[in-house]
Amino acid sequence: MSKIGVFICHCGENISATVDCERVAKSASEMEGVAFATDYKYMCSDPGQSLIKNAIREYHLDGVVVGSCSPRMHEPTFRRACSEAGLNPYLCEIANLREHVSWVHEKSEATTLKAIDIVKGVVEKVRRNKPLNAIEVPITKKALVIGGGIAGIQASLDIANCGQKVILIEKGPSIGGHMSQLSETFPTLDCSQCILTPRMVEVAQHPNITLYTYAELEKLDGFIGNFKATIRLKAKSVDYNKCTGCGLCTTKCPQKKIPSEFNEGLGTRTAIFTPFPQAVPNKPAIDKEHCNYYQKGKCKVCQKFCPTGAIEYDKPDEFITEDIGAVIVTTGFNVLKTDFFPEYGYGKYKDVITGLQFERLASASGPTLGEIRRPSDGQIPKKIVFISCCGSRDPAKGIPYCSKICCMYTAKHAMLYQHKVHDGESTIFYMDVRAGGKNYEEFVRRAVEEDHVNYVRGRVARVYEKNGKLIVKGVDTLLGAKPVEIEADMVVLATAGVANKGAEELAQKMHISYDPYHFFAEAHPKLKPVETNTAGIFLAGACQAPKDIPETVASASGAAVKAVSLLSQPTLVREPIVAVVNRCAPPMFSTCVGCFMCETICPYNAIEHEEIKDRRTGKVIKTVAKINPGLCQGCGTCVSFCRSKSIDIQGYTNEEMFAEVTALLNK
Amino acid sequence: MKLGFYPGCSLNGTAREYNESVKALAPVFGIELIDIDDWNCCGASAAHAVNRDLSLALPARTLALAEKQGFDEIVVPCAACFNRLAVAQYELNKDEMLKKSVEKSIDMTFNNDIKILNVVQFIDKYIKDKILEKISHKFEHQVACYYGCLLVRPNKIIDFDRVEDPTSLDELMQLIGATPIDWGFKTECCGASLSIARTDLVAKLSGNIVKDAADRGAEAIIVACPMCHSNLDMRRPQIDEYVGEKISTPVIYITQAIGLAVGIAPEKLGLQRHFVKVNTL
Repeated sequence: MSKIGVFICHCGENISATVDCERVAKSASEMEGVAFATDYKYMCSDPGQSLIKNAIREYHLDGVVVGSCSPRMHEPTFRRACSEAGLNPYLCEIANLREHVSWVHEKSEATTLKAIDIVKGVVEKVRRNKPLNAIEVPITKKALVIGGGIAGIQASLDIANCGQKVILIEKGPSIGGHMSQLSETFPTLDCSQCILTPRMVEVAQHPNITLYTYAELEKLDGFIGNFKATIRLKAKSVDYNKCTGCGLCTTKCPQKKIPSEFNEGLGTRTAIFTPFPQAVPNKPAIDKEHCNYYQKGKCKVCQKFCPTGAIEYDKPDEFITEDIGAVIVTTGFNVLKTDFFPEYGYGKYKDVITGLQFERLASASGPTLGEIRRPSDGQIPKKIVFISCCGSRDPAKGIPYCSKICCMYTAKHAMLYQHKVHDGESTIFYMDVRAGGKNYEEFVRRAVEEDHVNYVRGRVARVYEKNGKLIVKGVDTLLGAKPVEIEADMVVLATAGVANKGAEELAQKMHISYDPYHFFAEAHPKLKPVETNTAGIFLAGACQAPKDIPETVASASGAAVKAVSLLSQPTLVREPIVAVVNRCAPPMFSTCVGCFMCETICPYNAIEHEEIKDRRTGKVIKTVAKINPGLCQGCGTCVSFCRSKSIDIQGYTNEEMFAEVTALLNK
Repeated sequence: MKLGFYPGCSLNGTAREYNESVKALAPVFGIELIDIDDWNCCGASAAHAVNRDLSLALPARTLALAEKQGFDEIVVPCAACFNRLAVAQYELNKDEMLKKSVEKSIDMTFNNDIKILNVVQFIDKYIKDKILEKISHKFEHQVACYYGCLLVRPNKIIDFDRVEDPTSLDELMQLIGATPIDWGFKTECCGASLSIARTDLVAKLSGNIVKDAADRGAEAIIVACPMCHSNLDMRRPQIDEYVGEKISTPVIYITQAIGLAVGIAPEKLGLQRHFVKVNTL
């Protein structure tokens, strides 16, 4: 005969205003298997918890039911209290009398009766609950950071400075990401390179960080604390041990007209190249798609000139595997392709450029060395128009969400333009100016009031060329929808931020989820903003949604703390709410028939094969499913798929759940 | 191949030449266009501004008739008619109750699944592939393709071509040897039905369109809408007055241009009916 204690909480007046708590407790005391029942105003308070602990000791309770708020709120609180009184915490359960009863019903007889029923159901379940123990999993003390933009750099440094090892992989030839392309940064106008490059160097020199550039994640196996990452080190065609980074090869390479990715196509580079002078590592790699040798079979000019003999052609990609405890994904974002708004003439007119291209024009390291000169003829534009929301907030043609960073960078662009072209005239067409952030609104006001940037609220319908000018046709909605036409010398489009190319593929490799726009999905948008639904994999930066630098850095530090708090534990302790395949006495060993349907549907790859062998002969008697408790997230999909009913979720077994439901139905 | 044909009022009146050119072009490609018997007004330009039920019931009746007469597809050359028919079909398919009430008012039930083609969709589907083998007189002229507002809108219903920068007419004209120009007015408003109430406004709006086309060296403006045509063509005196010069660039229908290219006689295409004379093509 079980001895269950039932504790009904009033939750101040939250429950007691509509439920007769005293009566619920009295009814509970008459239920089968209940040894003690009472009610109290605040069960979660210190006296409330003491009440439970004392009752456990006094009545030798072997199960506890707390009728209170949602288990999401205080299940851990009450389980801890039970544990302190010597009761296995998993023998304590919550009957949710607040969210499920008092908050959703009026005060009435039926409301109290419903509360009694719910308590009865949970009592029946707890009578069948079995003590469970938390699962301990070992941890590999090393983090993998994927993506070497500012998010990856910040996360790597934070982890490394906590004394943990980090592997940082970057698919391009240098770390730095989009931030290295930016000119000056809002809202302080400090130079992006000046604040970024020292950190890039720190990454390269940190004893706890191993940096692989030109590297991509090939495969990720394993589970929290025990991942195995296969990394593809793409062949650079240059031996970095011999290369001194003198750069002679890049001056000699005959392929000189390749559009530079770093300069967003506004400058050129060679086939053997370092993307920019401050690159880390500051050593070149060969872009095979444009290299004469790789494409036509001859050239080898770089090899001829290399003073240290570092050029090595035709070396295949290498693969390395690393044991990893935690993963942080910081793969960043991209800007929307311009074919969503052909009416703005991007691609047709050379002087219609994207915001990222403007960054390069305004940057001291850019193709014009920071002078604002338009791409078509190198003239300084005297009239410039910025169009915000190009594709953003446009469910019909572009993307429905707000790209968040564009209002601020467009204000910055106009400001930089005014600082550099004193007699210039800049106009910004906008829908709304969203300047939420520390010193952001002040920054926009400064653009308007001190730099005299002309803000026009309205959309641009079309940009077309006439007599060498770009005619920007729009509307001023604050002046009674008056049509506006501006003859501009250059037009800058604030193109929407979208998920990076290949994000979907990477998510599938790692078994993390992504949203309809292919941004990676957080476990909870508010309370778990850097976690994914897969334990041990964290997110930071603009791979989650468009983010500015402060927000990216904050999330990177957040993800780093999550990773470090995982890595700094001796072993990993997890809730034992996982699926288990039953085992029984020989000759059955398990009712599992080894069909492995569960393996095909498990979203977390948690199903393993176990061979049951004869102890003496070692012959395999039967192969059955076994669930890796480190990987299992307790979703229960396998339970419903199992044809022989051989799988149960611990703490939610079929027997327990049936007992609860039956109790609710049989009054 | 037999297809249903909905002329609408314009093609029987101000846009007779549009009707003639579509009807002359189709048989060259082995297509017979059969008028929907007892068709009625689509309600364009007035009904949807006044009475929603009426604006849906009018096109619904035509759609129901076409269905009863056994057509799977109907060709609707007038951009305004096409727009009203397509919108009615979409709205009624979305709302079962609304469809029932409309069926009651037109005293007919129908499946509402007939395929409605505007003139460009019709050409794309039945003519485009065979144009090259039929061309006898390459249309080697610089042209400004003018789409107007209704041909590709509303995009979520019609879902054809790029709404702000359509290219389907340009592609067709290129196919028959023409050189479409890059210009800024391909979807600008011509003034539409304000032609009568506010002729001055139409002169201004259509004037900007015609002037830009002429300034950029277009030898003809290509259209696919009777309303656009009448504003750019019939209102030319007012346009000339507004822009302060005499512009002689003719405005012709896409079907007339293709008709000329495949060797149909100009008078069969109704080219003599335009106010701005077509002498140069």
